[in-house]
Amino acid sequence: MFQVPTIADLNLGLTLPALSLALGACVLLLLDLFVPRERKEITAWLAMAGIAVSFVLNLAGFNESGTAFLGTFAADQFTGFLNIVILITAFLGVLLSLDYLKRAKIERGEYYVLLLLSAAGMMFMSSANDLIVVFIALELLSIPLYIMATFRAPDLKSEESGMKYFILGAFAGAFFVYGAALVYGATGTTNLPEIFAAVNGIIAAGGSQMFLLLMGTGLILVGLGFKVAVVPFHMWTPDVYEGAPTPVTAFMSVGAKAGGFAGLLRIMVVALPVFVLKDGQTAAAWQQTFWLVAAATLILGNIVAIAQTNVKRMLAYSSIAHAGYIMMAVAAAGTAGVANEATRAALLYLMAYMFTNLGAFGIALAIEKDDGSDTGVDNFIGLAKSKPALAAMMTVFMLSLTGIPLTGGFVGKWFVFKSALDAGLVPLAIIGVLTSVISAFYYVRIIVNMYLKDGEGDPAAGATRYVNWAIYVAFAGTLLMGIFPWIATNLSDTVVLAVEMFVR
Amino acid sequence: MSVDIEVYIALSAILFILGAMGVLVRRNAILVFMSVELMLNAANLALVAFSRLWGGAEGHLFVFFVMTVAAAEVAVGLALIVAIFRSKQSIDIDELHQMEG
Amino acid sequence: MALQEFAPAAALLGLSVLVALLVVMLSRLLGPHRPTSRKQAPYESGMKPIGQAVRRMPVKFYLVAVLFIIFDIEVIFFLPWAVVFRDLGVYGLIIMGVFLFILTVGFIYEWKKGALEWE
Repeated sequence: MFQVPTIADLNLGLTLPALSLALGACVLLLLDLFVPRERKEITAWLAMAGIAVSFVLNLAGFNESGTAFLGTFAADQFTGFLNIVILITAFLGVLLSLDYLKRAKIERGEYYVLLLLSAAGMMFMSSANDLIVVFIALELLSIPLYIMATFRAPDLKSEESGMKYFILGAFAGAFFVYGAALVYGATGTTNLPEIFAAVNGIIAAGGSQMFLLLMGTGLILVGLGFKVAVVPFHMWTPDVYEGAPTPVTAFMSVGAKAGGFAGLLRIMVVALPVFVLKDGQTAAAWQQTFWLVAAATLILGNIVAIAQTNVKRMLAYSSIAHAGYIMMAVAAAGTAGVANEATRAALLYLMAYMFTNLGAFGIALAIEKDDGSDTGVDNFIGLAKSKPALAAMMTVFMLSLTGIPLTGGFVGKWFVFKSALDAGLVPLAIIGVLTSVISAFYYVRIIVNMYLKDGEGDPAAGATRYVNWAIYVAFAGTLLMGIFPWIATNLSDTVVLAVEMFVR
Repeated sequence: MSVDIEVYIALSAILFILGAMGVLVRRNAILVFMSVELMLNAANLALVAFSRLWGGAEGHLFVFFVMTVAAAEVAVGLALIVAIFRSKQSIDIDELHQMEG
Repeated sequence: MALQEFAPAAALLGLSVLVALLVVMLSRLLGPHRPTSRKQAPYESGMKPIGQAVRRMPVKFYLVAVLFIIFDIEVIFFLPWAVVFRDLGVYGLIIMGVFLFILTVGFIYEWKKGALEWE
């Protein structure tokens, strides 16, 4: 007979950061009903308070690890680190939105509730220990984003952005579910550690179960690949990023990536290190596929970005390229013994990317007009004269995206390349370095526009108080990670994700 | 009185491929959306069949969640379609080209 | 493969098709055949089928339908619980209480937003 668990068996204490945010979103939805229409900034402040509570709970429980919700929820340092990234993203996302929504005349309390729900979905994703939870977290993070992308409706661009995101997101979700179904069919369980335990027997047996497992892994890769926008599943990204309201683009470019890669790392490293022998080293069977995906993403993202004239579109292709660098770390995680190092590299990269990208989008938002126009690369001409502080910070963000030393981007790239080399993926690391050089071309073009070209410069009407705060935080984070990288590396060094699989 | 598991899986694979083809070929947003639902239900069929094979409950549980999430997607998706129809008087996804793709 | 287990179903299917064809053919052959325009209308009694097949409906119907489908689907979580209600005891009650709380939050929201008002 089934043993009925007790509430104590759920280990609710470990789930507090994610749970408090989800509960906060529910409460906020009710409180917002009593906030008058013209004072919606109250909802925003309440949302930030909820994020702060979750952040404190996350820091307090950073070093605790274990499973909750009967093994379907894993809390460890991987979760803790990613939650920090997600919560800072959500916090800066709210700060960027506050004045923007007013300017665009789309201020509604539901926006902040949706943002909190999406962030909660990302947090559940970072601690998912079961395919079912990965799926629910994936949809919880995506569905609010579809609505947020359409928030400028009846603006046609925004509606188009939301519709495209929705159709491709739902399509990707279906691929993920089918993949999960096949993995379940092969292993008989949806729990990630149990899948890992079953995998070795399946490899030994081979046959139809092995086929199901490989098909399932492939479909899961397709599903999550859409979410994190890697080639060849990237085609929605530029349109969605361009059409969505800029703070939403900023939030989803970082948050959805963090969530998607959290799921990818959890599934690939914890559950499916399907090991084969390669060049004397043991490496996962999927490593070759990830290698190719990463290389294609790096090349396409960086080269197509050169041709873009709209800064939101350029940052969209740049975000595809950066997904390629993180994918490089995931591919490296396929080599036995390097998995933990590569996971840490991916996490550090995500953190550096978060600060830099939110800052860059913040400045794009500052020069944007109330109707959402004027986000061209040419609108940066002369910004150094009209707004020298913004221009200086944009310079740092662009250098960080390129990966110049003393910025966060360099630290992230350093660790990713190092893990790729340690994993024996030398050609991939070379492609990474070369594409970084190419990327300098379009990042530096913005710096040239700001400093060297003549023009009176944009008044940057969007650079209101809260937007400035958000940009300062992003700027400080980018520089701190670049100059004192050990602050972040000390934190990430505690992350141990991979299961030890070989006793030698 | 039972049908082999392979038959269920083959049927679900056919349904899934039909759904995927539908998403790629159809131009009407509602039909695209129905094709996505077909893909999800193909996955549901596979899950239930595997659940029967293994004798566990996880497959059934997964199906419940897939159905709920599909309902949530329906709500959001139809709202998007209505919003787009109001401003464009058309739900042909080929006409969504405000931005160069 | 146990295809022969489906033999009764297949026989029934064949039989019903046969009977249907037989009835239609017999009435055609044996009955009088004097068509008038009224008799040939798609529905001999009832509304005249004039106008477009696809008509625009007020968007209010759609809103009610969406609200219905959400609550409708939530019921599938109650049914399994009801089946093992006694075995789960207090634990199940608390868990479903949490579930119901979340559902109620959404319900209060749509109520206050006026989504349930027809006019």
